[in-house]
Amino acid sequence: METKQSSWKATSKRNIRQLAYWTGGWVVAMAIASFGQKYFWEDNTVLTIIFIFIATLVGVGMILMNRKYINSLDEMQRKVHIEAMAIALGVGVVGGLSYSLLDQANVIGFSAEIADLVMLIGITYLIATFAGLNRYK
Amino acid sequence: MKNRIKVLRAEHNMTQAELAVAVEVSRQTINAIETGKFDPSLPLAFKISKLFDLPIETIFIDE
Repeated sequence: METKQSSWKATSKRNIRQLAYWTGGWVVAMAIASFGQKYFWEDNTVLTIIFIFIATLVGVGMILMNRKYINSLDEMQRKVHIEAMAIALGVGVVGGLSYSLLDQANVIGFSAEIADLVMLIGITYLIATFAGLNRYK
Repeated sequence: MKNRIKVLRAEHNMTQAELAVAVEVSRQTINAIETGKFDPSLPLAFKISKLFDLPIETIFIDE
């Protein structure tokens, strides 16, 4: 029984750790691709393209690792995450398009950035996950 | 859906954590099933019934 627990828990912990590594790697790769041209190599477009390509590849790795992590969860945890993803996607699409329309209509005094949408989706996912886990407590 | 998992656990002197280990889910999931907040899938229900060596319909009661 202990071996079984070790196996399931160990797999779960390993997947969380690997997902954290991939996410961290993607954030670093994105930061280099975003700020490299400004602070390190200025007008070298080839380097910019290379780092954008690397960031995209690491991003694909992160997506695949996230899928592996979700599949390794038990059925209740998976349900919580799927519901959170559905809410985050819905809020992202509806909120993002409304935000874009506000920008187009010049209702807001600043331009709508994609980073705002990413933050909205991330925060919504986080809140929905905690709310879901709390519901089954 | 109601269930008798808490009673069966007590009869077998098992904690939620031990049952969770035996059927390979988290302790939180066992707790949610016991309190009726989450209905297990058929494979998980069968795992629990095998563990307690009882027919599935004697553990899970449809309301």
